[in-house]
Amino acid sequence: MWRQANWDEKPIFKLSSYGKPTFLFSDTAEFEKEVGSADNLIPKVIARSEAPKIPNISEVEVIRHFTRLSQMSYGVDLGPVPLGSCTMKYNPKVCEELANDEGITDLHPYQDESTVQGILEILYLLQKWLAEITGMDECCLQPPAGASGEFTGALMIRKYHLDRGEGFRNEMIIPDNAHGSNPASAAMAGFKVVRIPTSNSGEVDLDALKAVLGDRTAGIMLTNPNTLGIFESRIVEIASEVHKVGGILYYDGANLNGILGIARPGDMGFDLVHLNVHKTFSAPHGGGGPGAGVICAKGELTDYLPVPNVGFDGTKYFLNYSKRKSIGKISQFYGNVIPLVKAFIYLLSLGPNIREVCEVAVLNTNYFIKLIDGVRGVSIPYGKGRFRKHEVVISFEDLLKDTGINAEEVAKALIDKGVYAPTIYFPLIVNEAHMIEFTESETMENIELYAKVYREIVEEAYKDPAKLRNCPENTSITRLDLGLANHPLTRSPDFKFLGRLKGAVRSDI
Amino acid sequence: MPHQWIPNSSPFIKKLLINAIGIKEVSDLFNDIPEDLIINRELNVGLGKPLSEFEVKRHFKQIISKNKVFSEPPPFTGGGICAHYVPSAVKSIISRGEFYSAYTPYQPEISQGILQALFEYQSLISELYGVDVVNASMYNGSTAAAEAIRMALRVNKRKRVLIPLNVNPEVYDVINTWSLGMEVSIERVGYDPQTGEVSITDLESKLKEGAVSSVYIESPNYFGCIEVRLREMIDLIHRYGALAIVNALPISLGVLESPGKLGADIVVGDAQSLGLGMNFGGPSAGILGVRDEKLVSQLPGRLIGATSDKNGKLGYAMILQTREQHIRRERATSNITTNSSLMAIASAVYLSLLGAEGIKKIGESILLRTYYAIKKLSVINDVKAPLFPEGKYFREVAIAVERGSYSDLHRKMLERGLLGGKYIGREFPELGEACIMCFTELHSKSDIDLLASHIATLLGGH
Repeated sequence: MWRQANWDEKPIFKLSSYGKPTFLFSDTAEFEKEVGSADNLIPKVIARSEAPKIPNISEVEVIRHFTRLSQMSYGVDLGPVPLGSCTMKYNPKVCEELANDEGITDLHPYQDESTVQGILEILYLLQKWLAEITGMDECCLQPPAGASGEFTGALMIRKYHLDRGEGFRNEMIIPDNAHGSNPASAAMAGFKVVRIPTSNSGEVDLDALKAVLGDRTAGIMLTNPNTLGIFESRIVEIASEVHKVGGILYYDGANLNGILGIARPGDMGFDLVHLNVHKTFSAPHGGGGPGAGVICAKGELTDYLPVPNVGFDGTKYFLNYSKRKSIGKISQFYGNVIPLVKAFIYLLSLGPNIREVCEVAVLNTNYFIKLIDGVRGVSIPYGKGRFRKHEVVISFEDLLKDTGINAEEVAKALIDKGVYAPTIYFPLIVNEAHMIEFTESETMENIELYAKVYREIVEEAYKDPAKLRNCPENTSITRLDLGLANHPLTRSPDFKFLGRLKGAVRSDI
Repeated sequence: MPHQWIPNSSPFIKKLLINAIGIKEVSDLFNDIPEDLIINRELNVGLGKPLSEFEVKRHFKQIISKNKVFSEPPPFTGGGICAHYVPSAVKSIISRGEFYSAYTPYQPEISQGILQALFEYQSLISELYGVDVVNASMYNGSTAAAEAIRMALRVNKRKRVLIPLNVNPEVYDVINTWSLGMEVSIERVGYDPQTGEVSITDLESKLKEGAVSSVYIESPNYFGCIEVRLREMIDLIHRYGALAIVNALPISLGVLESPGKLGADIVVGDAQSLGLGMNFGGPSAGILGVRDEKLVSQLPGRLIGATSDKNGKLGYAMILQTREQHIRRERATSNITTNSSLMAIASAVYLSLLGAEGIKKIGESILLRTYYAIKKLSVINDVKAPLFPEGKYFREVAIAVERGSYSDLHRKMLERGLLGGKYIGREFPELGEACIMCFTELHSKSDIDLLASHIATLLGGH
């Protein structure tokens, strides 16, 4: 039976009873001889009055602590993490090794261009390859994550309309199945979000779209395949309708794995594309980040890209700040270079073979559908009988009705059996949703195992639902009290507030 | 074509899957894509064919051999990012696949390790900055600053933001870009030509005009000057009902007063100096915190909190998720989703290795080198070091050459294997031929002596 490591690991502040020798820095006596003591160099009024309460512990204690914590975490290196729309593929070790070369990590961002031709070449080629993959004219690697790429795109749309004297275009159209970051990014760029429904076929409801298009339309944010894993087959028509009223088409690249090497957003009529290199291009998610975003544009909109991106004049690479209408900088420097280098190595390794990535990812999705379709309590809403692409959304609505077990409880039962749960309760248009994306990295055996685990859970739900409510038991901790965690009186977002949990937590805090 | 990273790409398995699905060939799965959208050629990606791992390595090494890494001596370049030591223990921990190959800990019971590490990051940084609560990270210092300004606008609904001219232009540019989507007017505050610090007179006159939402201050500022009168400024800002946002350099906070203690409402920082490496500018991690817990509901981004499991065991989970985009959508406090967790964990490991004692020591060690460099450079003819004679410096120092161009000197230093300062003549034409140099724990006495003797020789015309 599977069991996760269960270290009784105290907060680092309580790890050590005595002060230990801490990390050694070189002696400063030779400098003190020259400029006097450090105390005298800082005016009293701005000198630290009280040392931070950070414990003094030794290196081996630090290593054991964080190694134990790592053992109570779960990533792709341990087993399947089929989070829908997250594209949790394998992070190739060669990418890790090479991107962490000191020839990259020890470069200062303001080094003279003549001393960084290697990294600039890498970033330039990556821009080119990503433009080719998406069918766009030009890319900029500056956004540090996908949502940042969306925000960049939304700001570009805003500035584009403003420059044309059409600042009144303040509506961003977003389907109801879109990623939550789409409306959030649009709102940050100052747009009013106009939501449109999904039709039974699982695609944008064209009539509903036409009804909201008009003078105020700034653009539409779409992902294709959408979050149901369904390809928007009428995309060319959608594009033409949006363009007809002067709107811009924005492509959310979170789901690009579903068409990678098969079809390109640029050919479908999209004007702007963002990519998540930590999804489609194998850079790790790092337990939540850092990732890297990319923003690509077509035609006139390339003038609005953030600065700088990397240019090439035939002999040397350079940081190109010469975009006339640029929105400026969306983040400092040139982007999250280390994940970008990993994406470069990934593409260098696969070359045109990226089509295989998509083919197998989509085969995996549809194989899983074969295994799960018809399981009691489970349904696959929208687009009946249609092939899904990178992901599939299943619903436990019937299971809930029949047994009282909801999607979250099924998820907890999954992790109790040693696999990570999919994205749950998303997209919002599917009740009791599980959104599952295996990517091309998962083995046939694991897909079968995953389906088997689902079937076991469902059987258990019909037989003995009470038992499922206790899940998980095999993880390093059992079900957490989120009410307690969020309540203003017991909320403890910092070590110094742990006292608020006295009474609820039995161990010494 | 089969590939080692794609287990089911073996032709045998592919055939099994195709048969199980009940299709004839893989392309049937894409028959809902209009035919004229299907790519019918090989994409021009990579070298036009798949490469083996050792071919990739060889090719990659050839490319990066065109980079020059400055280690003897380390770069003297400032501008917000400086060369600092990255302990091997930090590299070792963040190289663990259990951490880096994980997703955001949406399922807390199976992700306790990451959650606890991030909780400790929040708690260690809050100690350093002297505040109640720090979130689980932003992308970097520039976006943390922009988020802080947006947060202040939400809190007090005012529309004016004051930003001194002595802040990092890179950060200012980011704030300016973000402001395209905000209803806000950004106004600049001057600096004192003697100290390099914010002009309090100018600050007050702009505050007097009213409706100021927040004032964003950096200390040390872009010129390397410590804002010695920070407490006074914060009091002034509060007198006009505005929020004080202070971007403090984390590696300075063993010796400089914490911004929280000085009264800053929102604290911001870039964690690069805490053992993250320079990485050609990124990734780093952005620090964002609030002095008073009351503002916590307006915080953008993820927040980890402690709680109990059903057996009374201490555990951790993401909290206040109703602020976030996946639930609140267009009404979320921010669109941020992926943040910089792994870098946050790296800086937590770094702070744990140093302890309170080490943080003070490294602060002193940087401070002493800064002043030693000033001492050595100040005696060189035609060098104005420091540029602001009455300024108090930490780590970075604005320096100007009074004869010839800095770029010229920089190029000649480069020929001798020295990476000099960041030229700031374009951003600050009023300062002449100026640059920002940086001195950290990595610079030995002889490194600084070497820099000074090269500059003296080169300016002497030899």
